[in-house]
Order: sequence, then structure tokens, then C-alpha cells
Amino acid sequence: MDTKKELVVSAIENGTVIDHIPTESVYRVIHILGLEEYKDEVLIGNYLQSSKLGRKGIIKIKNKHFTKDEVSKVALVAPFVTIITIQDYKVIEKFATEIPDHVENFVKCANPKCITNCEAVPTKFDIIDKENLMLRCHYCEKFTTKETIHFIH
Amino acid sequence: MSTLKGRNLISITDFSKEEYIEVLDIAEGFEKNPKQRILSDKVIATLFFEPSTRTRLSFESAANQLGARIIGFSDPGGTSVQKGESLHDTIVMVSSYADLIVMRNPKEGSSRYASEVASVPVINAGDGANQHPTQCMLDLYSIRKTQGTLENLNIACVGDLKYGRTVHSLVQAMCNFNATFHLVSPTELKLPSSVKMSIKDAGLKYYQYTDIQSVIPTADIIYMTRVQRERFPDPLEYERVKDSCILTASMLEGCKPNMRVLHPLPRVNEITTDVDSTPYAYYFRQAQNGVYVRQALMSAILGAK
Repeated sequence: MDTKKELVVSAIENGTVIDHIPTESVYRVIHILGLEEYKDEVLIGNYLQSSKLGRKGIIKIKNKHFTKDEVSKVALVAPFVTIITIQDYKVIEKFATEIPDHVENFVKCANPKCITNCEAVPTKFDIIDKENLMLRCHYCEKFTTKETIHFIH
Repeated sequence: MSTLKGRNLISITDFSKEEYIEVLDIAEGFEKNPKQRILSDKVIATLFFEPSTRTRLSFESAANQLGARIIGFSDPGGTSVQKGESLHDTIVMVSSYADLIVMRNPKEGSSRYASEVASVPVINAGDGANQHPTQCMLDLYSIRKTQGTLENLNIACVGDLKYGRTVHSLVQAMCNFNATFHLVSPTELKLPSSVKMSIKDAGLKYYQYTDIQSVIPTADIIYMTRVQRERFPDPLEYERVKDSCILTASMLEGCKPNMRVLHPLPRVNEITTDVDSTPYAYYFRQAQNGVYVRQALMSAILGAK
């Protein structure tokens, strides 16, 4: 039997690989990063075999490097995925995403009476429970949770 | 000079335990001698984007007794707000006319935002269901005044504990003073888990009940709030529970002699009028204390104390 392993999704020369994405979060990661609109190669794999997760998703984005804010966004929808920066087919940097302590202007406050939903005020949240994903609005002090989270584009 | 000079008061958690005590001590001085014209060179803007009786009048009475001049509105009708001016623009403009802004606005978080765009200090006089810190300060003043201390008290909170912002702030503030909380409400109107989390984080205890009678023998303070019909989607449900949070004079038998009943007012029927003539009723004095506390806050924030 041939035991040679092959990459199911082919390698990229320059760009970023987002690996170890839980299968249910792949399309949320695509959406949160706005990759539907990205005008270069994006390779998406899902339900791939993974020794770590059983099944996993992977996204490879050619010629794209993420900002700290974008990594924070990914962490909110899929914590503990691996971000790999590739240059000339080599791994330059590799790290696991972590949920930040504070996020600004990409999560919508779940409270319809919050000033951020009534006037042009950028949102700010402190993340007070990373395990259960609970965010407290800096303005109205109400909680936005995993169940009520929506992202601003 | 107070450490509170130039500070905003938006949420009760903005001040430390020591700062609460400082404000209460200054307020005690104003209770003894309320007419001190120490802000005669100051202009205070009171911006009330929604109606208020006690809060606005007590702020304006406090400012007048300190000799300050007052500008502002008690209703946004007829102002540029009605023409669609943003809160940002209103606050930036008013900052250039006044030394201090006192604001009530139904949008939650509006006061925090106003404090970020204003060039002068902002005192939150209520931002929707979120915070009403000066009410909390006057509650603390009333508790200390009636009990002689804020430490180690049994605080019973009764009524709408879910939406009642005054209860949320009071619980948060009393977490600094080793209080034990007794929470009485219909099941639908229990204290939110976020506020219970503050109690747990402080290492303190709370007990939940559905009738008032259980807390009468142990309470040092019974803090009553109104159960509003509109909070119940089912009117039958309201009818079923509405009497469970009504305090009558006969229920007070067996209470501690030092126990006092507080209420942020307005009262509807949750405290029957026969309680008013008992030595336990303190809610009208509590409202009067609001003037001293607001005098203390305005003078400390404006650097006059």
C-alpha cells in the first residue's frame, strides 16, 4: 500500500495558511475575513483528516498577510486555529490564535438600545470570559455572547 | 483638593471604595450647611433627553445652592436634537458653554460616549436601563446615615431585580463593604447573572426568595423597587405575582429595630401608605439626601472641595 502523504490542498508560494479550523467554523472564518471578495487565489479544504481534530478545515490565501485585528477576528469565530505565514514556500511564522482581551469596531453590540446601535459610535468590548466567549460592551455594559455575536463589515 | 477633580462619573464602578467614602463625607458637610456658594463662577449644563422629576430637580437645587448658573433643557423638543443633531455634536457644543455636563439620555452607554467627546467632566444622570450612579451614591449615603456604617450589612433587594438599574448599581457598590444580599423577586425578574457574578467575584453571599416575609427578620435595609406591568409579556403572569412584592406595615413586625426601608421612587403600590408612618420608612428622606450627594459630587469634580 502506498503510504506517501499528499497535500490535499496544494501549497502556496506566498501568503497565509489558516490551519486546524474546526469544520463548522470554516465558512464563518471566510466570512469574517471578507474572503468572498478577495481577488486572488483562495484554497479551501474542509472535512480533511487531522490527527489533532479528527476532521479539520484549512484555508490558504495567496499573497495575503493578516493584521493583528484580522487575527483577532479569526480568534473570535475560531479560537486556537493555527496561522502560518508562507514566503517562497517556506514557513516564516507559525502561531495559534488567542482570543484578545479587548476588541474594537468589528463586533456589533447585541443590545439594540446601546448608543453604538443608535448613532455612529465605534464599538468597543472587553472580553470577560474567553472560554464561553462573553464580551462586555464598553458603553452600555451589556453582554454579547457566542449566541448573540454579529460582526460589522 | 479632592482626587475627584476633573473626573467623570458614568458608572458606579468608576469610583473606588475610598472615593465613595470621600463623597459621602463631603455630602455630610452639605447636610449640615447646604448653602455654600463655592461654585458661583461655574456654569453647569443639565441635558435631559428624557423626562425626570427628582433627578433633574435635585441636581438643579444642588447647583443653585452652590451658587452655580444652570443652562440646559428638560426635554429635547425644540432643541437641535429634534432637528437630528447627533449626540456627539450636541456634547461638543455644550462643552464650550459649561464647566460640567449632567446628562440623562435613554440610549444606553450614551453617557460614557459623551464623556469621551466632551472637554469638560460628565455626570451620568441615567442612561436608559444601564447606570444611574448618583442614585446609587445617595442610596449609600442613606444606608450609612441610618446604619452608622456600610460594612457587614444584610441588604434585601425586593421587586424588579432584572431591569431595575438602581438595584444593579447598589449591589455592585455594596460588594465593597462585605454585604450579604437577600434577593426577593418573581422568578421572571431575578437579578441578572452578570450582577450575581459581581457578588461571587467579591467572595460574598446571596440568597434568593420569592416572598418578602422571609427577609424581614434579618434585613438591615429593605430596598424596594417597582414591579412594572409592562415587563410581563403575559398579563395573567403579572396578576399572579404582583402582590408578592408588596410591603405593608403589618409585615414589619419582628424586623430589626435598625431596619430601614429604602425606595428610589416613584412608588406606586409596592409600599402601602401605612408604612410611611412607621419608624422604618426612610424613602422620602432618602430623596432629600440626593441634593447633598449631588452637591458633594459637583463640588468635588469641579475642584471646589
